[in-house]
Formats: sequence, C-alpha cells, structure tokens
Amino acid sequence: MKQKKRWYDYLWIASLTYLILGFFNILFAWLELLCFFIPLLIAVIKGNKAYCNKYCGRGQLFSLVGGRFGLSRKKDVPQWIKSAYFRYGFLIFFFTMFFLMLWNTYLVFAGARDLRTTVTLLWTFKLPWHWAYHGTLFSDGVAQFAFGFYSVMLTSTVLGFVTMLLFKPRSWCVYCPMGTMTQLICKAKHTFSSRE
Amino acid sequence: MAKRKATINQKQCVACGCCMKVCPRGAIAIPNGVCAQVDKGLCVGCGLCARECPASVIALEEVAE
Repeated sequence: MKQKKRWYDYLWIASLTYLILGFFNILFAWLELLCFFIPLLIAVIKGNKAYCNKYCGRGQLFSLVGGRFGLSRKKDVPQWIKSAYFRYGFLIFFFTMFFLMLWNTYLVFAGARDLRTTVTLLWTFKLPWHWAYHGTLFSDGVAQFAFGFYSVMLTSTVLGFVTMLLFKPRSWCVYCPMGTMTQLICKAKHTFSSRE
Repeated sequence: MAKRKATINQKQCVACGCCMKVCPRGAIAIPNGVCAQVDKGLCVGCGLCARECPASVIALEEVAE
C-alpha cells in the first residue's frame, strides 16, 4: 500500500546535497551540525525518537538506494552488530574520535598547529581535499572543524553504505551512534518520569 | 484458526521507526522513543515490518484467538 508522502520524506535530498557540497566547499560541513543537535534536542525536550522515525535524511537515503534501487543483499545483520556491547562500544569509540577531532580543531584555533586540508576516512586514511578549501574569513580553526566534521560524516556514510550493501538497507540504524544515544536518552527520561 | 501477528524483540529494538513507516495499518508506534510496540488489534500479520526491520527483531508469531 502506498502511503502519502510528507514533506519530511524528501529530507534525503538534503543529506545527499550536503555530501556533494563538501566536494565544493568544505565549510558547508558546518551545516550538518543540525543533524547532530536536532535529534538530541528532540530526545531531550520531547523524549522521543521522531528524528530517526521521521526526519533522518541519511536513513531515507539508505532505504531509497538499498530498498528502491535494490543495492542491498537484504540479509539479516549479524547478531554481534545488534548486541548492546557493540552498539554502546561503537558509540563510545565514535565519540572518542569526535572529541579527538575537536581537540585537533582547538590546536589549530590556538595556533599550535597548521591547518590540514585533508579528510580522514575511517579514522585512518587521509584523503587530499584541498580543492574544496578556498580560504575562510575567520580563523583556520573554523576550516579545520569543517574538515574534521566532514570526515566524521563521510566515514559514517561509507560505513552505512557498506552495511547497506551487505545487510538490510538501513543496517546503519542498528549501530548509528546518534540513534543509540537518542534511544539511551529516551530510555533514561522515560524511566525517571515513570518513577515519579 | 490461529492468526499471525508481528512480535517485537523489545530488548534488541533500536527504535529506528522503519517498521512504523511501512505498516499499512498504522499498527506500530514507538512510545517515548524506547522501542516499537505493535497494536495486536490492528496488526494483520502481513510481515512488511519484519522484512523492513534493519535489526531483524520482528517475528510473525501465531496467536490463539
């Protein structure tokens, strides 16, 4: 049965646009902070996962490419990916790498380190990305953050894409750090509010 | 005759909402963002949610009437 499409069913276009913009001007990476704060704010204020459930453009992109276009084996994800150990472990790892990235950005802001115009894929591979950097009006740190944040987003997109091919289209949702974190917030919030 | 209904393994549900999106009857909700819940009265056991679920934690189980 076809369900009526709503405006938020097209947010995958925004996700795709964002990825493409990063190839032209890295500073657009700052925009994606929205995808970081909106889910958290919804979880903290409203106490639900409406972001994952409705608005997540990346999830929509995966279900479009993996589902509609069929670029997915549509097999079950292995049991270990769904385990709490892996999900929380990946969340911790992801955030450790995220704070490391923030630290490197700080070093550039503080002038202790020069700007590196590379995008680090899978926390390891440094891809030259200088073509997407045309200078910044502000501190070099502003650009360093953009490179770092785009690295995070590109890495998670690549991981999500690989698991989309191997398993079900939205396999990324199973171990998405944002999803794990918002669910954790919702669980905590619900436990505390039902205790009162 | 026993009917088949979607049953969710709530311990492993990631509350992503894929099931909710595909359910033709609107029988699934994710109250408080904790995990998905099926309204057994609305569920017709079509299995679309089980196929969609990225964590594969939905099963169709026979329930006695």
